[in-house]
Amino acid sequence: MSLDPATVRRIAKLARIRVQEADIPRLQGELNAILGWIEQLSEVDVEGVQPLTGGAQIALRLREDVVTDGNQAEAILANAPDRVGCFFTVPKVVE
Amino acid sequence: MMLTEFTIAAARDALRGKQISAAELTMAHIEAIAELNPRLNAFITVTDEQAALQAARADQAIAAGQARPLTGIPLAIKDLFCTQGVRTTAGSRILENFVPPYESTVSARLLHDGAVFLGKANLDEFAMGSSNMTSAFGPVESPWKRSGGSNAVLVPGGSSGGSAAAVSARLAMGATGTDTGGSIRQPAAFCGLAGIKPTYGRCSRWGVVAFASSLDQPGPFARTVQDCAILLGSMAGFDPKDSTSIDLAVPDFEAACRRGVRGLKIGVPREYRADGMPAEIERLWQQGLDWLRDAGADIVDVSLPHTKYGLATYYIVAPAEASSNLARYDGVRFGLRADGQDLTELYEATRAEGFGEEVKRRILIGTYVLSAGYYDAYYLRAQKVRALILKDFTDAFTTVDALLTPTAPSAAFAQGEKMNDPVAMYLNDVFTVPASMAGVPAMSVPAGLDSQGLPLGLQVIGRPYDEETVFAVSQVIEDSAGFSAKPALRAGGGA
Repeated sequence: MSLDPATVRRIAKLARIRVQEADIPRLQGELNAILGWIEQLSEVDVEGVQPLTGGAQIALRLREDVVTDGNQAEAILANAPDRVGCFFTVPKVVE
Repeated sequence: MMLTEFTIAAARDALRGKQISAAELTMAHIEAIAELNPRLNAFITVTDEQAALQAARADQAIAAGQARPLTGIPLAIKDLFCTQGVRTTAGSRILENFVPPYESTVSARLLHDGAVFLGKANLDEFAMGSSNMTSAFGPVESPWKRSGGSNAVLVPGGSSGGSAAAVSARLAMGATGTDTGGSIRQPAAFCGLAGIKPTYGRCSRWGVVAFASSLDQPGPFARTVQDCAILLGSMAGFDPKDSTSIDLAVPDFEAACRRGVRGLKIGVPREYRADGMPAEIERLWQQGLDWLRDAGADIVDVSLPHTKYGLATYYIVAPAEASSNLARYDGVRFGLRADGQDLTELYEATRAEGFGEEVKRRILIGTYVLSAGYYDAYYLRAQKVRALILKDFTDAFTTVDALLTPTAPSAAFAQGEKMNDPVAMYLNDVFTVPASMAGVPAMSVPAGLDSQGLPLGLQVIGRPYDEETVFAVSQVIEDSAGFSAKPALRAGGGA
């Protein structure tokens, strides 16, 4: 599988990363080189193999669904690039 | 002896015996950082005032007979571990001004055990790299030089390159690192250090900036195997805040170093005999096997048939998880924000400005392999191959107690080499990635020098949760190798 420029633009859009039009050919080349190399996995026989999702060879733990933390608005907002009072701000999204 | 030459074990005894003070030990390292860090760039942030306060408290604790395992020991903390009130950048412009309001579990455990933090060590951006060249805060220079007066500036390896350079150059007695595909073991090998990636789940990931969550695992660097055992003893342990943390008692790793290897079966995976492996690495590997045989181990050939697919699997799984984890950097709640007319523009501009090229590449690859229509062909297939890689190890460990391999296919390379071809850079991790995919513990031990005077490491891989055998085998290699070479650039070393 080889990516065309339109696909590179679409991936960048999905990833929410602005890519300059001049950078598309370079990215296309780099991504295709990586994908071409990854392609070797298609030769592995994976018939009937259960996918392994994680390194921990144990079932994930569950805990009681209770509040264990909270009331830390100042700590949570301390690194906000922009805030108004107790709120994060974003550009206007509703007219 | 110069204070910066102490091992952690020796400093611990000297502090308790009051032959040295924590204040003078820390000051010696702060002075070394002031002298060498402007050149090496091993630290992004130096916390010398905080370190001096912690050292003063350590001296009080020792005077009161309340010394803990690491009281007064000065360490470097990879700048991927969130440290309360101390800027944590992950080597990225996007977190340039991020000051965590909380402390990572691993660093909190080290502080609880009395450690002194000298500062935050440089790294590849978001731990994505094998050279420390992708850091937004500039590359790290390896303190090692090729012999014969070479001026080439070498890389310390990566991603934990600042941690490795700091410990190697005697700017810190030990350091934390994280290892996703080799980010502790490869820089340890390049810098002549011991470094262990423990079993996935042994050290909590809570408060560690996430790269690929099913692979990320914290671990220590030090100049001896025993020092790594001491550090891991403090770093490891169950943490309810990490859902993949393993609820097992932490063994006495330090005691395990003295077990020896008599009667152990050590496997030699034939698939690691890669084409084009330099003859001197092949020789060192054989030498390591001879050392273990001389110490009473049986050497057994084993097969890990899916080894060659490890890297390709990794470069699907890790970018996929990274693309998901790094979605949080949106310019709204923390980190860099770039202006945009609407929300989408704000996201796109922030992420374009805040992420470096390698991080963008991996997010794009990860986004693609997870996208509709390609998920089964790439991501699901990679997870199945991952299961086969784990099965290789599980099968091998029915007949052997540990495996011995080289850590990396070459010694350290120079800045600028391998930089234009992402795949050539990825091949650095060919021997370290399989253990990451399987989640098993693996340690790099310095075993010798190449013909240019640069360190080479051997890798010991163990069963899940059996770091003790890994330490026992590594200690025998360390004792047999008698590795005593020191880097050209180091505290008190002139240059």
